[in-house]
Amino acid sequence: MKAKIHVYLKPGVLDPQGAAVAGALHTMGYDEVTDVRQGKLIELDLSGDDAEAAKARVDEMCQKLLSNPVIESYSIEMA
Amino acid sequence: MKSAVIVFPGSNCDRDAHDAIAKVTGQAPAMVWHQETELPDGTEFVMVPGGFSYGDYLRCGAMASRSNIMPALVAHAATGAPVLGVCNGFQILTESGLLPGALMRNASLHFVCEKAPLKIANGNTRFTARYSGQTDLIIPIAHHDGNYFADDATLDRIEGEGQVVFRYGNNPNGSARDIAGIMNEQGNVMGMMPHPERAVDEKHGGTDGLALFESLLGSA
Repeated sequence: MKAKIHVYLKPGVLDPQGAAVAGALHTMGYDEVTDVRQGKLIELDLSGDDAEAAKARVDEMCQKLLSNPVIESYSIEMA
Repeated sequence: MKSAVIVFPGSNCDRDAHDAIAKVTGQAPAMVWHQETELPDGTEFVMVPGGFSYGDYLRCGAMASRSNIMPALVAHAATGAPVLGVCNGFQILTESGLLPGALMRNASLHFVCEKAPLKIANGNTRFTARYSGQTDLIIPIAHHDGNYFADDATLDRIEGEGQVVFRYGNNPNGSARDIAGIMNEQGNVMGMMPHPERAVDEKHGGTDGLALFESLLGSA
């Protein structure tokens, strides 16, 4: 079983890396880009076969380590 | 005063911290490896040093803040004992929940390494009492992720409670409200991005960090 976790900055939290990427894209002529937010994708390989229980555990991992609730939100996709 | 410095894989200011503490207290601190689960008996002051613990992977300080020694540090802080986190140590203290807010990538995206002018925002703390009315300091900074962030309600609260201890004179990293150092509500845990341990000898180019360690001597 796999879990894919997307971690991204909360709306309103300044993302200087995203802003720099947006600047580079504009320099390259991609003027249609109006905003860039940069996040992380974390993939976990998990043992066991109870997807629901696994997701609850992954949620706990996100709250305790994989994201920082002060600045980040996350979403979990089980596969 | 018995002191301890926590050492993580990737800490690189632990020996500077050791030397500054030894110089001011006259007693070398215990160097405590992060896999320990207890602080040495009788420890009063604990310093969490700067560096790049765990290579800054995931988020700065995130993994260090979950290491084996941390429950002992959190319990020690709860007794009211003084705890100081500098630079990566500040990041570790926010990640552990001992201090509010978070340290993000510098707004400029640049690593900043310079002598930073600071203002003491609260001179009546266990960490600043010995500055005796001095309000302007020069303390070195060296970091990539020192951009202090907290939501407005938290910022209003910590400012209202006098928990903002240092502000930048010339905000080098985008920190909210120029915040360079904060303490917890109880006033015994402080985190700051500038490095007072690098300003305790004339050969460092300045000694404005000395009074911080001297303040602790009287408070433990």
